[in-house]
Amino acid sequence: MSLLEVKDLHTSFFTDAGEVKAVNGVSFQLEEGKVLGIVGESGSGKSVTAYSIMQILAGAGKIVSGSIRFRGQELVDAGEKVMKTIRGNKISIIFQDPMTSLNPTYTIGKQLMEAILLHTDRNKEQARERAIEMLRLVNVNEPEKRMKQYPYEFSGGMRQRVMIAMALACEPDILIADEPTTALDVTIQAQILELMKSLQKELGMAIIMITHDLGVVAQMCDEVIVMYAGSICEQGTADEIFYHPCHEYTKGLLRSIPAVEDNGEKLQPITGTPIDLLNMPKGCAFAPRCDAAMRICLREKCERMQINKDHAAACWINVAQAQKGGEA
Amino acid sequence: MAAKEQQTPLVEVKHLKQYFDINVGMFATKPLKAVDDVSFTINKGETLGLVGESGCGKTTVGRTILHLYKPTAGEVWYDGAQIGDKRSLAEFRKKATMVFQDPYSSLNPRMTVADIIAEPLDIHKMYANAQECRDRVLELMGYVGLNSEHASRYAHEFSGGQRQRIGIARALALNPGFIVCDEPVSALDVSIQAQVINMFDELQEKLGLTYLFIAHDLLVVRHISDRIAVMYLGHMVEMAEADEIYNHPLHPYSRSLISAVPVPDPKVARENKRIVLSGDIPSPLNAPSGCPFRTRCPHTTEKCAESMPELKDLGGGHFVACHRSGEID
Repeated sequence: MSLLEVKDLHTSFFTDAGEVKAVNGVSFQLEEGKVLGIVGESGSGKSVTAYSIMQILAGAGKIVSGSIRFRGQELVDAGEKVMKTIRGNKISIIFQDPMTSLNPTYTIGKQLMEAILLHTDRNKEQARERAIEMLRLVNVNEPEKRMKQYPYEFSGGMRQRVMIAMALACEPDILIADEPTTALDVTIQAQILELMKSLQKELGMAIIMITHDLGVVAQMCDEVIVMYAGSICEQGTADEIFYHPCHEYTKGLLRSIPAVEDNGEKLQPITGTPIDLLNMPKGCAFAPRCDAAMRICLREKCERMQINKDHAAACWINVAQAQKGGEA
Repeated sequence: MAAKEQQTPLVEVKHLKQYFDINVGMFATKPLKAVDDVSFTINKGETLGLVGESGCGKTTVGRTILHLYKPTAGEVWYDGAQIGDKRSLAEFRKKATMVFQDPYSSLNPRMTVADIIAEPLDIHKMYANAQECRDRVLELMGYVGLNSEHASRYAHEFSGGQRQRIGIARALALNPGFIVCDEPVSALDVSIQAQVINMFDELQEKLGLTYLFIAHDLLVVRHISDRIAVMYLGHMVEMAEADEIYNHPLHPYSRSLISAVPVPDPKVARENKRIVLSGDIPSPLNAPSGCPFRTRCPHTTEKCAESMPELKDLGGGHFVACHRSGEID
């Protein structure tokens, strides 16, 4: 049994302009102690996938169908009571923006203790001790003093540490990190990523890392999911995705970032503009921007195909190649 | 990366200082030294990349060069003439323009694309009649890959990448020689970033532009720049050819900055020895004495606290401001 199993998840936002299918049939599994990366552009549905797991979608958002199982327990129809025992306790989330995720009117200590008091049966004194211990764990110096300070007295990197401390205070099995370092500078990003990695090893939790930065993925993740327009286009181990990409979108992404050994060659951008989720094409969502698109790509959506045991992709080109290989 | 052979300086910045007065009490103010004694030259047709963390003063440098802020001290020279009085400034503003970071807030939502692009032409009265203006706007839109049918639309109808194209067309309107690009791609998605970066490259080749390219993404800066300058707390700590600084950074800060770049290659990332700095960037209001980096530097000595190291040429145009640049390897 997997730690987390998401099956054919569909999440939509019902807006005045119509139904926006933000997540469109996403399935994946997360094993204990693994780091799973979800990459994609804005609007690809990576954050909505995470919010669906936590069931913290905004008003107009709703899980339409699909199943989310945590250690075999179904969460989609479980109800708020069950979710309260899961959220923060078993599955925690850190948000992108450390500046706005903390309440500016409460001390750091109070906010940390709130999470601990809510989810464990520690009393106030024990919660305080635990909060200080957590701050120390994430390398906040002078934690006793820091407990009494307000968020504005913390820098961005420090606030993100507090967010991590808060998320880890109840020893969750899964930590969802939604662009945890996007708002931070590179040197601070390096600090936070190192911290997350060492904590993950120490505490043995699984991480779902949501990011648009392929560099962060390469550094952190065991497995990678590439999303486009609400669907998974490719999924596999980090090495497979980076060294043998099998979906034209992934290939395009990798080509469009400057290489480590930059030789001054022109970048090869993906042409066109990101997709409008209200007007989804009939076939493959990426087909209108794909240089290698075939007739079938515009007509029909490609099913996910297993390339090898560590790698799957949903691209007609692989199907065509497999058929050719079969004939030969 | 056009014509490196031409070595005529176009923009010269000499001992530029920009201090902001910050209220620290009801009547007391304290100078915030956003840019403190920065000097550099940008040659014609060259791209100088400017990198550093938030709060290091890189954006302020760009804005002060264009005199969007009045410099506290120091000189800016453009094409052999010093910028200072009103007349030279008006001329300078036609030749030096800016592309802003945020394509959402830098375009007026009440103006059509044509009006936005024509605004600099209006201000500087660069056309004789409406038809001439219209033609120029359409020409500019063609440069940045927008269709003529986009002209009557409003900014909100465009995606981030297209908005940035509008901002670039506006910057090109006056036929400038020099453009300050302040994080022009950091708000864009990866797949769109490459389109815009290539466009900067092509426009430079076609129009012979000179760029000051401010960004925090080192891989992007290295790709587009001929030379790169690194800033820390208002000071320039290192400047060299792009590949040189990337492969052989000499200042301890540049080293950690470059090692902190997440490399999009799992095998390299696994072997990469990151130099993780402890602590945060100090507040520029309470900058440390001597070298600004000494509080986070792994190689700091007593001398570093005493005096600010000068930016010295170590040969081949590689400038470093570090007391221990020869000693540490």
